[in-house]
Amino acid sequence: MSGAHASLREVTRSFATEKGSVLHALGPISFDLQAGEFFSVVGPSGCGKSTLLEIISGLSPASTGSALFEGRPVGSDVPEGVGVVFQEDASFPWLSVRENIGFGLQQQGVRSAEIRRRVDDALRLVGLWDFAEAYPVQLSGGMRQRVCIARTLVLQPRLILLDEPFGALDQQTRLLMGDEVLTLWRATGATVMLITHSLDEAALLSDRVGVMSARPGRFLEIVETGWPRERDSRLATGARFGEISSHLWGLLRGESMKAMRSQAVAA
Amino acid sequence: MRKATLIRVALLALLAVAAELACRTGLIGRFTMIPPSLMVTGLVRLLAQGELDGEITTTLLGVATAAGAAILVGFGLGAGLHAMPRLRRCLDPVLATYYAIPIYVLYPMFLVLFGMNRTPIVFIGFMFAVVGMMTSTLNGLDRVPPVLIKTARVLRLSRVRRTLKIVLPCAAPYVFGGVKLAIAYAFVGVLGAEFILSGNGLGYQIALAFNNFDNKTMYALILFVVLVVASVNSLFFAWEHRLLRRRER
Ligand SMILES: Nc1ncnc2c1ncn2[C@@H]1O[C@H](COP(=O)(O)OP(=O)(O)OP(=O)(O)O)[C@@H](O)[C@H]1O
Ligand SMILES: [Mg+2]
Repeated sequence: MSGAHASLREVTRSFATEKGSVLHALGPISFDLQAGEFFSVVGPSGCGKSTLLEIISGLSPASTGSALFEGRPVGSDVPEGVGVVFQEDASFPWLSVRENIGFGLQQQGVRSAEIRRRVDDALRLVGLWDFAEAYPVQLSGGMRQRVCIARTLVLQPRLILLDEPFGALDQQTRLLMGDEVLTLWRATGATVMLITHSLDEAALLSDRVGVMSARPGRFLEIVETGWPRERDSRLATGARFGEISSHLWGLLRGESMKAMRSQAVAA
Repeated sequence: MRKATLIRVALLALLAVAAELACRTGLIGRFTMIPPSLMVTGLVRLLAQGELDGEITTTLLGVATAAGAAILVGFGLGAGLHAMPRLRRCLDPVLATYYAIPIYVLYPMFLVLFGMNRTPIVFIGFMFAVVGMMTSTLNGLDRVPPVLIKTARVLRLSRVRRTLKIVLPCAAPYVFGGVKLAIAYAFVGVLGAEFILSGNGLGYQIALAFNNFDNKTMYALILFVVLVVASVNSLFFAWEHRLLRRRER
């Protein structure tokens, strides 16, 4: 696969604040997500990463500029073929883990035997096999996030947008989940955009890493990692990984300090 | 849970025994209160005679009508108002002070509006119940996390499906709380109105017995009302518990 899968053209996003002023949250940003690539986004807190994701997915409109998915403009609906895992816990507390994961398939009218098979696979993939009949209250935050990941993956989206999906996981599980996402990415050929706070994670998983400035977020640089498609977390022991990681940190250090200062002023 | 039930029953039994003793030994005079055992036998006799069957039916039907209407209308109004934030902001103070109005004083107006029949009484029960249901519905809808609505949009659900499959299940505990509230308020409204204002129903019969110094009938009827309300409530409690058991935090 090649060519742009999703694109932003001169996109900005502003919010009206309660005081009546305008908060310029994002952009202008122009960039392409290449079909089949693994793209990560890193940037200081509050720089507009989630806003970027919402514009690409059609959940939230751009103030100016336009978004395209598979060549068509993204309107006010989320296009078919886009899957999103949110930063917040989005599991349904009234459904069991199995029902949560099968929810989307059921809404699409997939046969129940087929749902069962695919949900079983997803349960094994995210390591929740023993919790299939449990309810979200009985799970930890990280396990709930895995439910949401599985719920998105069973639908086999062509573009997967992940907003800090591993935030609630410990470092070891994070690495393993990262490997699983890589395996899936390779197997399905989907395009992945991952928002993360972890520079190491971005350096390890991605083909390219977009480094964002403090608000209003823009790409300071898009870093190519040059990893082969066949890769896993063992890359973390190599010298190249250290280089990328420290390059990312070099770009971000100043921006993070700016973001922290502006938050201190706002507070 | 089991143990708590046991303790509760034991406490109630203890109170009953204490009251029985106090009444039998004359610590509490006969004109103040009759012994609980006599209340029970009095109630059994009343029910066996079937004298008050009509009144019981009248009252329970009234409560059921008031509660049913309040649940439907309250839910509808709550959902509607939730969809209209501007109007809601205007009405919020009204809703907040609603229960400060002694609704019984509006009875004369309802009489003029609906005529000399059961309708004004049932309407008072409805007025008591409907706003509780409405605010519970609003409260429940407010607590649906935005991320679940976003999830519904990513899954490309229609508005109707989103409401049925995500919004309602999510708001269910609060809506259910509203249903319980509506039933309790309907009892209070209807029985209170009967007691103070009307010429029929259980509330009226209690007032009548009171005025005639007929303690036996009065206490039997009071016991009856308490038993009915308690059983309806525990029925709902059990149902709610079964529905929500799995998601309780
Ligand atoms: N609906 C909204 N209304 C007003 N302001 C908003 C809204 N959504 C986001 N913002 C503002 O836009 C800016 C960017 O928010 P966004 O959530 O995209 O940041 P982020 O990079 O995802 O942050 P984090 O890393 O903490 O998740 C923030 O200053 C935020 O306060
Ligand atoms: Mg965010």
